[in-house]
Amino acid sequence: MKNLLRYIIARTLLTIPMLFILLTIVFAVIRIMPGDPVSAMLGGHAPEKVIEQKKEELGLNKPLIVQYGNYLWQVAHLDLGTSMIFKQKVTSAITDKLPATIELTIFGMLVTLLVGVPLGAYAADNRRSGKDYLIRLFGIVIYCIPVYWLGLMFQMIFGVWLDWFPVAGRTGARVFVSTFEQTGLYIIDTLLINDWAALWDVLMHLVLPSLTLGLVLSGIFIRLTRANMLDVLKSDYILAAEARGIRHFPVVYKHGLLNAFVPILTMMGLQVSLLMAGAVLTESTFSWPGMGRLLLERIYLRDYPTIQGVIVIFALIVAFMSLIVDIIYALIDPRVRY
Amino acid sequence: MKHSPTAAMGRVIGGFTGMGRKYGAEWWILIMGALIIGGIILMALLAPLIAPYDPHDQEAGPQLQPPGREHLLGTDNLQRDVLSRIIFGARTILWVAILAAIISSVVGITLGMFSGYSGGAFDKTLSLIMDSVYAFPGLILAIAFAAMLEPGIMSITIAVAVIYIPTYFRLVRGQTLTIKEELYVESAQAIGAPNLVILGKYIFPNVIATTAVVFTMNVGDAIMIEAALTYLGLGLPPSIVDWGMDLAMGKKYLPSGQWWLITFPGVMISTLALGFTMLGEGLAEILNPRLLER
Amino acid sequence: MKENVLEIKNLHVQFPIHIGTVRAVEDVSLNLRKGEVMGLVGESGCGKSTLGFSILRLLRPPGHIASGEINYHGRDICSMPQKELLELRGRNISMIFQDPLTSLDPLYTIGDQFLETLRTHEKGIKKKIALERAADMLKNLGISPNRLHEYPHQMSGGMRQRIMIGIGLILNPDLLIADEPTTALDVIVEAQFLDLLNELREKFELTIMFITHNLGVVAQASDRITVMYGGRMAETGTAEDVFADPKHPYTQGLLASVPNIKLEQPELQAMPGAPPDLVNPPPGCVFHPRCPHVMDVCKQEVPKSFQANGHMTACWLYK
Repeated sequence: MKNLLRYIIARTLLTIPMLFILLTIVFAVIRIMPGDPVSAMLGGHAPEKVIEQKKEELGLNKPLIVQYGNYLWQVAHLDLGTSMIFKQKVTSAITDKLPATIELTIFGMLVTLLVGVPLGAYAADNRRSGKDYLIRLFGIVIYCIPVYWLGLMFQMIFGVWLDWFPVAGRTGARVFVSTFEQTGLYIIDTLLINDWAALWDVLMHLVLPSLTLGLVLSGIFIRLTRANMLDVLKSDYILAAEARGIRHFPVVYKHGLLNAFVPILTMMGLQVSLLMAGAVLTESTFSWPGMGRLLLERIYLRDYPTIQGVIVIFALIVAFMSLIVDIIYALIDPRVRY
Repeated sequence: MKHSPTAAMGRVIGGFTGMGRKYGAEWWILIMGALIIGGIILMALLAPLIAPYDPHDQEAGPQLQPPGREHLLGTDNLQRDVLSRIIFGARTILWVAILAAIISSVVGITLGMFSGYSGGAFDKTLSLIMDSVYAFPGLILAIAFAAMLEPGIMSITIAVAVIYIPTYFRLVRGQTLTIKEELYVESAQAIGAPNLVILGKYIFPNVIATTAVVFTMNVGDAIMIEAALTYLGLGLPPSIVDWGMDLAMGKKYLPSGQWWLITFPGVMISTLALGFTMLGEGLAEILNPRLLER
Repeated sequence: MKENVLEIKNLHVQFPIHIGTVRAVEDVSLNLRKGEVMGLVGESGCGKSTLGFSILRLLRPPGHIASGEINYHGRDICSMPQKELLELRGRNISMIFQDPLTSLDPLYTIGDQFLETLRTHEKGIKKKIALERAADMLKNLGISPNRLHEYPHQMSGGMRQRIMIGIGLILNPDLLIADEPTTALDVIVEAQFLDLLNELREKFELTIMFITHNLGVVAQASDRITVMYGGRMAETGTAEDVFADPKHPYTQGLLASVPNIKLEQPELQAMPGAPPDLVNPPPGCVFHPRCPHVMDVCKQEVPKSFQANGHMTACWLYK
């Protein structure tokens, strides 16, 4: 236990340089790029004085290094500034939208794991058979389908033609969000007030977006799982388990899959970034009011503080998730802690 | 050996099936991928000859006409011929994706070789930066770049190129570190060969083979990113014919059932990406079966 | 004479691969009598491990038993249905492997792995009872029962090999197949392990098939010895007979290539030539290209087994 704690602390400290670099890159992209945010926002015809005034208001007339310092100081205090367009703190815009993205990505990941891992394991167990080739082909093809297009096709087939699922937003028109919004995670919110009809509505809205996001990423997991399973199934402890008379299923799935899952988990940190990218596109296709939509809306409005804030949050999420993944890794694999 | 054309043909085909037998499914995946890519590149090159209409022609036919004899893939809301836009759109996406992959591979390979070879604080810092960028969602980075730059072919190419530099960097740096320890490099150093000569003569040729595979896969990926950016309305001005932008435009007509506007550009993006992925996959399995498992 | 625990009759094992068929085991027949240790020796690739794996039908595809019989107390393992085979594995016949470092699942504790084996074969056994039995077994092996809660990586190689044997013996099987069990261990641990094996053999009334390439180990541990070459049996007999008076030229060469303190030996002799290609084995006796006493008949006909000085030798010299 003590070892585990020490590992967690050490791993947390290691996140700091990564976070620092990501924050610096975000700053560089937003501030150093050609083009001046203020004149871009106010349009080319704004008088010089107005532009100067606005710049001063936003602290953009100071030397770059001072701006950079201020920016890091702000982020360290979890203050992301104020929107240039709306009289609204960037943090409050984000806390409004973040739960929607979290809900979407969790369900997307669930679909990915439920589809990708069993299929990959099954393909490895039946390697070089017709089933194996079919599953691998499915993996390659689904990987090459852009997530936004799969979303559009699902909307067309299951929304417009079959009319089984809603195609936009998180809730239907008859559900009044204000009556239950607490955490922003609608599944939890509706459960808290025991509103089953609203829960059903929320779930139905989740089906297509999470399927879209999850299926596209499942291709990667099919490959990862299959490759790792093939390695693991060759190992001596699998043979030894068979020699002890353990049945095929537990040999392959209890010993094989769990061991194959350890390296898969280490790669999951990187999959989180694909999940985030996929979420941005899925949100755009399904009008899902999350972080991705917020980012795109504010890009069209050229609201730089908000754009910067959203990207900073994405960086925080990525760093945080890779930390979490490593901790789970340490929990599963006893060898890591020592 | 006979010298008739049929015998030569027979040898070529025999060679192919022989390879097929040796490498099995991987070989056919590679051939399929190459055929898809070849077909689409040919279509892009011959676009002015084979496209039935000018892709910008706003009087090509009636508005929003479903696929039929006159317009094989229908027309859009601005009365343009969808087929012609698909044919011309191939030019944009191929150009951007391939150019972006070239830029990122040149930058990534160069930095990776120098960083791995020189080592020290320079290597440590650069690696940390590259690892951080690698962990960050590439698309979101590309969105940020595309949003900050004026729309145009070069802007979107740069936005796409930036996100793949770490991929090459990490791969090449890792290999350079291994090769650096090889005896033949150490003996070259011992006899006083200049560093640039060692990099060019011993390290680069060893690194290039595996990067070829990654390059192919990378183009497949870049295709999806390019289309994603333009689908989101970023990176390109509306005057350029592009599959992603057509998809975004078609999206508005989805609720009213004009299925052809979103179906065909999407099929093309997927097919092209699939072609490069299959080619890369086949190459990887044949050149180095373990490469993709990492 | 004691009853036979295992009878192998005319066993052929083959691996069809793209360049042809590897004939890994050809026409092997041997018996294991109750309570004896049979040493199976030969160089790498001679088919000795394949023979061991085929007894439990653990061959990796495309390897398969092409023909022959493996009788365990009169039941033919080759034709046994899968369900019966699974019951046999671990309960009646156990196997331990070469590399103790990789033979235990790294993600489960030692106790879990004992438990899994017990629960598979004795449905509904209580966890407490199962763990007590595992603890007893550890005591037999000279390991503290506290270590049941530990993971394999927390233990040394020798300890892991003892645990492997413990898991193998927890259900009281009467036949143990040990595939190069000491190869990965250092000499002192090896000696300790062989002592333990001897002890356990008496305590559990084990019959053991001991597969190794190490002649020293085999001399120490076995009652009888079978020498294999190129997938075939070269010579079989009691350990004393084979070591004192090897008949097959291959066995003679093998013994001449190992340093021996006891025997007066002029100098070590390396055997000329390389092990045979098992896809296209030489015609006649597989050993003839390397044999110093090669005759015409050796190049044409596969030698039968001949009685020579109390043991069986597959060599035309003893016709």
